[in-house]
Amino acid sequence: MIPSIHQPRPIRIAYRAYVVLFFLYLALPLAVVSVFAFNDSQFPSLPWEGFTWAWFFGSERPMIGVFHERPILRALGNSGFIAVFVSLLSVVVGTTNAFLFNRYDFRLKGLFYVLMLLPLVIPGIVLGISILVFSSTVANAVWDSANVEIEALRPGITLVILGQFSFITTIVTLVIAARLQKFDRTLEEAALNLGADRLTAVRTVTIPYLAPALIGGFVVAFLMSFENFNTTLMLVGSDAPLTIAMFDRLKEGSTPLLNAVSLLLMIGSSLLALVMILFQRKS
Amino acid sequence: MQAGAKLGFILLISPLVLWLGLLIVIPHVDMFLVSIRERIGVGQYQTSFANYMAFFGEPLYIITFIRTAMMSILATVITLLIGFPVAFYIAKIAKGRLQSALFLLCLVPFWVSELVRTFGWMILLRETGLISKFLQWSGLADQPVEMLYNDVAIMIGLVYTSMLFMVVPLITTMESLDDSVIEAGYDLGGNGASVLREIIIPHAMPGIVSGSIVVFMLSLGNYLTPTMLGGKDSLWFTELIYSQFIVRFNWELGAAFGFMLLFLSSVIVWGTLKLTGQTLKSTMG
Repeated sequence: MIPSIHQPRPIRIAYRAYVVLFFLYLALPLAVVSVFAFNDSQFPSLPWEGFTWAWFFGSERPMIGVFHERPILRALGNSGFIAVFVSLLSVVVGTTNAFLFNRYDFRLKGLFYVLMLLPLVIPGIVLGISILVFSSTVANAVWDSANVEIEALRPGITLVILGQFSFITTIVTLVIAARLQKFDRTLEEAALNLGADRLTAVRTVTIPYLAPALIGGFVVAFLMSFENFNTTLMLVGSDAPLTIAMFDRLKEGSTPLLNAVSLLLMIGSSLLALVMILFQRKS
Repeated sequence: MQAGAKLGFILLISPLVLWLGLLIVIPHVDMFLVSIRERIGVGQYQTSFANYMAFFGEPLYIITFIRTAMMSILATVITLLIGFPVAFYIAKIAKGRLQSALFLLCLVPFWVSELVRTFGWMILLRETGLISKFLQWSGLADQPVEMLYNDVAIMIGLVYTSMLFMVVPLITTMESLDDSVIEAGYDLGGNGASVLREIIIPHAMPGIVSGSIVVFMLSLGNYLTPTMLGGKDSLWFTELIYSQFIVRFNWELGAAFGFMLLFLSSVIVWGTLKLTGQTLKSTMG
């Protein structure tokens, strides 16, 4: 138990060993993926054929590296585009939601709050198909009545953005609301007393205070969007984001190219997470 | 409300209403409407429960449904059992730098996409994989061992994928438990087991509930792990939904399946909240 309660030595050692084993279990698959990105072979498995950078920089068959593999680069671009849009949208709506629940009392507030949490307990795949069904209904109705085809409502990037936005917003709202909760309202009142109007007070006092949560929410949304699979799977069109493109390749059989992409993803997301932590520590 | 405040209120509530209305509520209503219609000709439909009848009339669908629920519950329990001691260690035993380092280490694997994690397990478990090679090398097996494409592999993947969502809420709730309360438990004659049962677990309950709900939801709705680690016969309910929608283009039946999944998850989440006396607001918000 806790350090102040004496426990026999074997129990303490066994407990520590268990925790170490746990972290090995967490690290194992990721370590394996990373190591085989450098295997000079067509398969990400033993035997070890020697070290190579070819799966990153190779430009000739059979070893075309990540940086010369067009479809993967395009999928990466799609993912980045989607993630930026989703993050921007969900930070904006997350902020308005946080202010709404923090500053106003209105009828059915409790109901709205529960509704706002609901996307967290709806399976991602169900969110995906419900948006797919609804957008087709709308698109078909428009086509039947006006003979206009709305491309954005058919599976593709727009729907993927909307689908991811639909549940990531809840998480971003919670992140921002948590910080707004701790905000000292008297600071805003002081600004009002000094002659600022409400909007200026919020802009110059409250928003800077919220900045760490806004950036944190943005990064979380970005990463969640980037790695989302279930909702995206149902809404994807011809321009697939990276997770879907990798999934399609994985079904056909894997080469260390996928390991190389995975390793780059790991490095990228760790750096992002690190930046976020440093930023939040500073403030 | 004065005019300015009223305008502000309208400006703030519009995005919320648009988001929840257009992307959550109306799509689900529409999906329900699609699920209760039956195609009787080209472009002709009538309202009926034929799709739900099809679900209840086909044993394979029901078996898959129940199996998915059971496996998800089992995955939740295993995740809790594995994660609880680790969360306790991080929250109450590790101190200072070690504590924050371990906490961060818990988070790191999950900043990587689920696809990468699953891929890692495939490299480890498959016939030509690392564990198989290791068993042969050590003499425990004399031929390649296939460890993919079975229920244990699915379970390993599910537990791994959802570990973070169990450990983090557990750590957060247990951190707030004062050491002196545990000490008092011992002073009053309690032993490890009774302190755990009477003090630590009741205190950690909100964390246990929210962790379990999230892990259950993630397992139930998982598509990637069962397909990649369980192979063709993994019989996961999300695969049925996917195949009705994308492969067979039978949206009516797919929508009915989607509703069954939503119904199952809602019932279990609601039941868990009621049983433990928690609310969605207290565990999620």
